Parts: sequence; C-alpha cells; structure tokens
Amino acid sequence: MAWAVFVILSVLCIGSVLAMIVSRNQAHNALFLVLAFSCLGGLFGLLDAPFAAAAQVLVYAGAIMVLFLFAIMMFNLREPAPREKRRLRTLLAAVLGLVLFAELAVAGLRALAPGSAPPAGPEGLAGLGRLLFTEYLYAFEITSLLILAALVGALALAGKKEGA
Amino acid sequence: MIPPGAFLLVAAVLFALGVLAFFIKKDLLTQFMAVEVMLNAGNLALLAMAKASGLAAGQVIVLFVITVAAAEAVIGLAIIVLIFRQRRTIRTDELKDLRG
Amino acid sequence: MARYFWLIPLLPGASALVLLLLGPKLSRRWVSWQACLTVFLSLALSVMGFVHLIRAGHGAGGLAKTLLPWIASGSFSSAISFVFDELAAVMALVVTGVGLLIHVYSIGYMADEKAYSRYFAFLNLFTFFMLVLVLASDIVLMFVGWEGVGLCSYLLIGFWFERPAASKAGMKAFVVNRIGDAAFIVGVLFLLVNVGSSSFAAINAAPAAGLLGPGLVTLVAILLFVGATGKSAQIPLYVWLPDAMEGPTPVSALIHAATMVTAGVYMVCRLDGLFSASPAASSVVAWVGGLTAVFAATIALVQNDIKRVLAYSTISQIGYMFLGCGVGAYAAGMFHLVTHAFFKSLLFLAAGSVIHALGGEQDMRKMGGLKKLLPTTFPVFLVGALAISGVPFLSGFFSKDAILAGAFAGGHYALYALGLSGAVLTAFYMFRLVYMMFYGGSRATHHAGTAPHVHESPSVMTVPLVILAVFSALAGFAGLPVLLGEKANWLGRFLEAVLEPAAHHLVASTEVGLILAATAAALAGIALAFVFYRRRPDLPDRTVRAFPGIHRLLVGKYYVDEAYDAVVVRPLVIGAEKVYSRFDLGVIDGALDGSAAAAAAAGKGLNVLQSGLVRDYALAFLIGAVLFLGALLL
Repeated sequence: MAWAVFVILSVLCIGSVLAMIVSRNQAHNALFLVLAFSCLGGLFGLLDAPFAAAAQVLVYAGAIMVLFLFAIMMFNLREPAPREKRRLRTLLAAVLGLVLFAELAVAGLRALAPGSAPPAGPEGLAGLGRLLFTEYLYAFEITSLLILAALVGALALAGKKEGA
Repeated sequence: MIPPGAFLLVAAVLFALGVLAFFIKKDLLTQFMAVEVMLNAGNLALLAMAKASGLAAGQVIVLFVITVAAAEAVIGLAIIVLIFRQRRTIRTDELKDLRG
Repeated sequence: MARYFWLIPLLPGASALVLLLLGPKLSRRWVSWQACLTVFLSLALSVMGFVHLIRAGHGAGGLAKTLLPWIASGSFSSAISFVFDELAAVMALVVTGVGLLIHVYSIGYMADEKAYSRYFAFLNLFTFFMLVLVLASDIVLMFVGWEGVGLCSYLLIGFWFERPAASKAGMKAFVVNRIGDAAFIVGVLFLLVNVGSSSFAAINAAPAAGLLGPGLVTLVAILLFVGATGKSAQIPLYVWLPDAMEGPTPVSALIHAATMVTAGVYMVCRLDGLFSASPAASSVVAWVGGLTAVFAATIALVQNDIKRVLAYSTISQIGYMFLGCGVGAYAAGMFHLVTHAFFKSLLFLAAGSVIHALGGEQDMRKMGGLKKLLPTTFPVFLVGALAISGVPFLSGFFSKDAILAGAFAGGHYALYALGLSGAVLTAFYMFRLVYMMFYGGSRATHHAGTAPHVHESPSVMTVPLVILAVFSALAGFAGLPVLLGEKANWLGRFLEAVLEPAAHHLVASTEVGLILAATAAALAGIALAFVFYRRRPDLPDRTVRAFPGIHRLLVGKYYVDEAYDAVVVRPLVIGAEKVYSRFDLGVIDGALDGSAAAAAAAGKGLNVLQSGLVRDYALAFLIGAVLFLGALLL
C-alpha cells in the first residue's frame, strides 16, 4: 500500500518537474511546481515527518509559489522565453545532470550501506518541539530574525518610490 | 516499509532535474524556480537520512531550510523585480554586466 | 701616532664619499678645504710613519694593521690589511705630497669649472685608491686599488664628458687598461693556486720555497708585467696615455705622471722576489722598458701639442724605470720614480699654467716669447726641463744615472746604449719645448680685435709650482752615487730594507765615466735643440723635407693606433654588432616579446570564459562540483 503511494507521488513529482522544464510558459512552470511541491509534501509524510510535510505544503506550495505567481503577473510578459538554440548546451547540461545524478545516487547509497534496521523512530511532534526549543534554540531565534530581515529588506528593495 | 534508499534516489533525480532546468531555461524567474527544486530535493534527502538514522536532527534542519528558503525567495524576487524595473527584461542572456 | 698609518688611505676616501654625496650642496671654499685638508693629513701621517721607520732602523719598523676580514674561501683567505714599510713609505709620501700640491693647484686651475665638487670628489677618490694600492699587504687588495685608480682615471679623463673626444679618451683608457688587467688577473690566479696565499711576503718567498717552478715563475711574472704595461703605459698598451691628455691638466699631472702610471713600477718592485727569480721575465721587463723609452722619445720629437709631448715623455721615462727594475736595480727604478714624480708633475702643472694664461692654447707653434710674460712659470718650467734632461746636480741627473749605471754594471750594454740615446732625445725634445714656448717672438694668433690677455697665474697655482721646482732640483741628493761614499746613497739603503739589493757594483772609475757620458748626452741634446730652434730656425723644416717618410711615421705615432683599430677594434665592434642584432635583438628580445605576446594571447583566449553570463559561470560551478564529487567518491 505504502509502495503504491510512494510510486504515484514520486512519478507525479518527477513528471511535474519534467513538464516544468519542457514548458516555456512561465505561469505553467509555476503551476507545475506547485504540483511538484505538493507531491513532495506527501513524500515527506511517508517519511514519518508530518510537521515537515505540513510546512512544505503550507509554506512552499502555498506561499512561495504564490509569490512566484504574483511576480509573473507583475512582469506580464507576453512572449514566452525562446527555445534554447544551442544544442550543445542542452546536451552538455544533460550529460552533466546525468553524471551528477549517478554520483549523488552512489553517494547516497553508500551512506546507507552500513546502516542496519533503523533504531527507534523519533518521538514525533512533541520530540521535535522539544528539540527546537532546547538544542536548536539559537538557530530558531535567529531564523525568526532572518525572516523579519527578509521582510523589511524586500519592502526596502522593491517598495515603490514614486518619482525617486 | 519503503527503504530510505528509494527516497534518496528520487531526491537525486530531482536534484539533477533541477540542475538541468537551471541550465536550459533562459529567464531569471524560471531559473530561480529551478533553484527551489534543488533545495527541495535536498530536503527530501535530509528527511530520508533522518528516517534511516533515527536522528530527529534531520527534521529540524529541514524546517530551517524551508524557512530560510522562504526568506531567500522573498529577497530574490524583490531583486528580480528591481532588475525588471530597470532593464525591462529578465532574460539572463541580456543581463551580462559581469563581463570581464 | 704612526700606529694610525692605516688612516692614510681612509681620510681621502671619506672625503671622497662626502663630496660625492653632498658635493653640489657644499660651498666651494668648503670643498677646497676639505679635499686638501684630508690629503694634507694623510701626508702628515705618512711623514710620521716615515720618521718612525727611520728611527726604528733598517728594516725593523715595518707597521702592519688588519682592518677587516674579507675573503675566506676554502683554504684561501685574504683580509683588508695594510702594511707600511720602507717601499710603501716612499710611495705614500710621493702620492700624498705631490697629491696635495696638485689638489691646491687645482683650486686655482678649476676655479671656473661648474662641476667643482665632482672634480675634487674624483681626485680624492683617486688618492684613496692609489693609497690602498700602495699600502696593501697582499696582491688582491692591491688589485682593488689597481682597478680603482683605473676607474678614477676614466672618470677624470672624461671629466668634461660633454666633449666627445674626452669621453672617447676615457673609454679608451679604461678598455686598454682592462686588457692589461685581464693578464694581471690570470697571473694572480696562478699565484693563488700555487702559492696558496696572496700576501706579498708569501709570493716573494715562493720561488725559493719551491712552490713555483721556474717556468711558472716566468709565466706569472710576465702576465703581471703585461698588466703593468697597461697601467704604466708601456709597449704595447701605452696608446691610451696620449689621448688621456683630454682631461684637465692637473689630472694629467697627478695621475698620468706622478702616481697611477707608476703603479706598475711599484708592483714590480713589490714583487722583486718573484722577478729576480726569473731572469727571462726580468729581461722582458728591461727590454720593454728600454725600447719604450726610445720609441716614445722619438714620437715626442715631432709633436706640437705641449701636453702630448709631455705624455710621450712620461711613457719614455717610465720605460727607464722599468729598465732599472729589469736589470735588478730596483732601488734605482724607485729613485727615478720619485724624481720623475716631482719634475714631471712640475712640467705638467707649469704647462697648465701656460695654457691657463693663454686662454686654452696648447699648440706650441702658436706660442713663443712667454719668458717675460710669465715670470714665475718660466723659471720653474726651466728647472723641470733641466731636471728631466739629466743636467748635473738636478734630481733627474742622479736618478737616471743610477739606472744607467745599474744597466752597465749588469753587463747589459745594449740596454745601456738605448738608455743613453734616450737621454739625448729627452734633452732635445724637452728643450725644443722650452725654446718654442718661451723664447723668440710671439707666434700667437690673434683673433680679430682681441689680443689674448696673457697673465701670470694666481699664487694658489704658482706656489705648488715653486715647491715642486725645489724638490726637482734637490731631491737628487737623497740618492747620490755610491762613489762618493757608502753613506751617500741614502735612498738606496733605505729601500734596501725591502728591496733586493742591486746585484752588481761598479768600480769608481767606470762610474765616473758613465756620469760623464750621461752629462755629455744631456748637454748634446740641449745644444742640438738650441741650434735647431734658436740659432737656425730653418733647420727643422729642412730636416723634415729631407726625411719626409720618417717624419710622417713619427708624426703618425708609427700608426700604432691605426693598426690596433684595424686589427682589434674594428673586428670586435663588428662582431659585437652582429651579436647584438642576431642574439640580443633576435633571441633575447624575441623570447621576451614572444612570451609577452603569448601571455596576451592566453589572456585573450581565457577572456572567452568571462562572458558575463551567469549561466556560464554556473556551468563552471557545476562542472567543478561534478568533478569534486567524483573525486570524493572514487
């Protein structure tokens, strides 16, 4: 049962990303990515990480991609991006991508090899919360500061200055 | 149970696809999206390893990654908006002031 | 106080340094005082050292001082150390004494010169190097002085370097000296290898100690002597000295009459142990000296520039000194060195006074009648001329006679004959000079409207002249012939502390005969000049017309310069030009330009990578990342 879900979600995810690559319409790209991120959220759930899954769907698929869509709307570009003219570049990127995939796969599988049956799983959400507020407290606080800074920064950068 | 290796493979595929997307696409916005794909692939890998090793640290890190990615997306988009305002284009081929 | 003799070279050296660095900023009065005072102090120290030697007695008072360790290479070491023995004392007195007089004279002579401090800086520098040469205790340090005086000679000959003739003359002097020095260095190397030490004591003792075989001794001695022919302007390397007259006249007096050119003689005397051990080398020295003496005298007969006459006269007189050394009469050679320093510098300085008075005229065909117009210069010049001609009781008479006696006593009759004929020629050309310059009516050419204002020189110039004249007259009494008693040859006995004694002595009657012969020669020369240039002024021209070929040969200086130019200089210049164009321009510049072009091309090639496109940069990242990961995994 779990396998089926896994396979469906993976295929959907990878397919969306592929579609994003192929499509030349920016809005389509963004929407495909929303789909991809949502599937990823599902995959996170399969990995016993419910909080991450929720955050993924809420933040990534919900907020970030919406931001992208807003930006696309603002640019209001009529003509789609032209097709990649240089065959060589595509080929090179593809080859490199393939090699990269191979390397990552090998690295990942090697990292798993010595692992035996996983020990007792994490204590779930409560455990996560506890970690956040003890070991990773500093990171947590600083990250919130970071978000604040990003907010202010974005306003400062892109806020309209009429007649400046 | 689904072996974590499968998830790692998926993450690797996604990462490679993200790289491919970055190089094939010619406009800044889509390239930025490809970067987001890569980030997510990394997240997936992190969670897979968290499951495999039993450490909760992986999930915590993923949380932070998502947060920081959000902040980064905000700023990045703000910059792209600025570029667009000035140059009226977001095609990277036409943004080559770094030429040495 | 004599312990501080090692300051003798250092004082002028320090002055030179100051003048070189700060000269233009100092007032003329300061420069003059500083330059002359330091030489005066060196003279004072030399005198003190001299007195010390006399008091200490025969050979006992030699002073030595090591200043700094210098070379230590393997088993050979050489330190900067000075020695003050009888031979060094004599030379030091000459250098500082005559040097001081010339420094003072220069104050007047160079009064109108712009580069006043540079002149005195070089003069002091020369004095420093000459004193280093003289006081050195080993041959390597002496060579430092040797080269240094060569350098200063170049600097001073070409002092007015804006004149191409002067600059060329300076270069000629340096290059010709260099040729001699090359032989000198080879000789020194042989010595260092075989003797193991560079000190004079070791070298002089080496032949007796068996460190140098007879063949090697001769070779080394001849190599060193070749160096001396360069420095002391003998055949074959004398050609630079006449040209050196382009320099200021006091320079000619100091360097090219009294001191630097005598360095070769000093060197031979210092290494008398070496030269005595090789009869072959000694006879080379004597014959080169004798032949040069006559050769140069013949050229002097027909020169019209007074400084040229004096230059060839110097070459000739140094030939006498080498003749003396070559026949074993080292003390006689040194004696003549001393007297020559006095009268030759006197003659040069007096000539300078005449030139100064005439506003730069140096051609004696345009002079005449200066006897009354230059009441101080004329008598002193006359004294110098009499001295060099060997007129009895003046200094030159005694010293020249000592040399001739030495030659005769050693059985070198041919050399004696050469010397005697040279004496006749010397007297003749000197008095030709005197008569043409000072007697008769004035042949000076008057430029339109302006008669040259002939005036006697200021006392800063005439006082040194008088002092030199006194010495030229009286110095001979330091070395009276032995026939007047054992004690008479004071200088000879003084020097015998260091030098090998003369091998042979003459019977009194022979000595008297020789003295008479020498006197006759001198008087004959003077009389002949009187006839030619006072009584029968038409005779010179008639003689020239009678022997045109010989005259041409003599005026052309035997065409030696031209021969050297064709055989040595031109091929070298052409070869150098070929090397320059093919190798320097082609290979070296080509390599340089080529590598520069290659670098530029590489840069241009690499420029492609800097497209300004983020995507390309990202591609580079990717490739790097892939490679890196690959490396990690493998």
